[in-house]
Amino acid sequence: MSSQTLIESPLDPAKAVYREVVPAGKPWMHEVKKGQTVRILDLEGNQAADTIFYSLERPTEEHYSAIDTIRAQGNAYLTTGSVLMSNQGNPMLTITADTCGRHDTLGGACSAESNQVRYALDKKPMHNCRDSFLTAIAESRYGLTKRDVVPNINFFMNVPLTPEGGLTFEDGISDAGKYVEMRAEMDVIVLVSNCPQLNNPCNAYNPTPVEMIVWD
Amino acid sequence: MNTALELNTPIVYRDTLPGARYWSLAVKRGFTLRLVDRDGQANVSTLLYNPANPLERYNAPDTLKGQHTAKLSRGNMLYSDMGRVMMSIVDDSVGWHDTIGGITDDRMIRDKYGEHGYQEYGNDFYRSGRELFLIELAKWNLGQRDLVPNLNFFSKVHADNDGALRFDENNSQPGDYVDLRADMDTLVVLNTAPHPMDPAPVYAPGDVDLVIYRSEPVVPAYDYCVNFRPENARAYANTAIHNCQEAYS
Repeated sequence: MSSQTLIESPLDPAKAVYREVVPAGKPWMHEVKKGQTVRILDLEGNQAADTIFYSLERPTEEHYSAIDTIRAQGNAYLTTGSVLMSNQGNPMLTITADTCGRHDTLGGACSAESNQVRYALDKKPMHNCRDSFLTAIAESRYGLTKRDVVPNINFFMNVPLTPEGGLTFEDGISDAGKYVEMRAEMDVIVLVSNCPQLNNPCNAYNPTPVEMIVWD
Repeated sequence: MNTALELNTPIVYRDTLPGARYWSLAVKRGFTLRLVDRDGQANVSTLLYNPANPLERYNAPDTLKGQHTAKLSRGNMLYSDMGRVMMSIVDDSVGWHDTIGGITDDRMIRDKYGEHGYQEYGNDFYRSGRELFLIELAKWNLGQRDLVPNLNFFSKVHADNDGALRFDENNSQPGDYVDLRADMDTLVVLNTAPHPMDPAPVYAPGDVDLVIYRSEPVVPAYDYCVNFRPENARAYANTAIHNCQEAYS
């Protein structure tokens, strides 16, 4: 993409209030308060981090909305400056730094059933992002169910939308040490599935850990 | 309504839905819903649910990535989040139906077109796609949590090489139509509010003809939609299992 700009963050991980390495195939669910900044760090490169945000105040009513976000900014891709909008038309987070340059929000998460359709009917037993989402919300205390699992952001994923209306999953444009950082504009619950997909190049066929870092 | 009259198959339902109105029906497998854009001004925002388990619903990302497309036309199938085909686009005179534009809410309608309440304008008052969806969804005990990214039939939003999105005002012509074949029982919830990216300064959503007719029998080996992409054949296989389970339960 010709217009992408890479913006580095001035924040120092040594001064973070929270750090956790999330292995591939695991969910991460964490509250981030208004004004805090959360970074997703692609430790080894080419790793997709499927992410949904919920309002902490009313998680079953207000959540991240992919279509409201891309319509509000008039562009299909997310990068520095993108405001992540809710289904109620409110800003949830703003991307403040991005050394990758472009992130997808049209492709959604993988599931056992979509893997069957996309690759082969016998792929159903493979681990997938929706399983991680459902596990995390089932173990949480927010009252969330499958009903609240909505189209997500695929951080570090490259899914070009062509002028002719084509949509393809391409090899990632991320690399080891690349990151994306967001400032919360409201209190949010962050739900990440560190993607276990082995059937396409979104994780370079080798899912690897990401690190979650939070600053006050 | 000429296009609808050309059908060689029994019509079981026919109605005209004015602009800015809602409609829903649990369309049985074996029937096809035709939408006709009477004046070339229509936008039909649509969501699909499994009436036996509305947790299963039209899934935009799975539909798009499964068929490597962001636009929908003849041959494309509308997938649920459970890896099944809910409906197939068996005929289409338009060529591009929108999947990423979403709907208007009351704030957007007010900002764009001004305040036009019922008190002053009666039944011509301005309504948002969100309001119309929520009213019709409520009749099925569904609500905000079920309001996921929708289809916008007859509308076109396309991207340039940098991803910038644009609305095409000349996408659909008077009499254009699209035929949606129910491959499993499908609750169709739709409304005719304006597309949120439509730059027209006047609130004038078009009327739509709704026609339901009995589908031609589906022979998977020869079906255009089933064979349009290998993913469609697999999704259709999952739907066939679903339909058998229903038959024997």
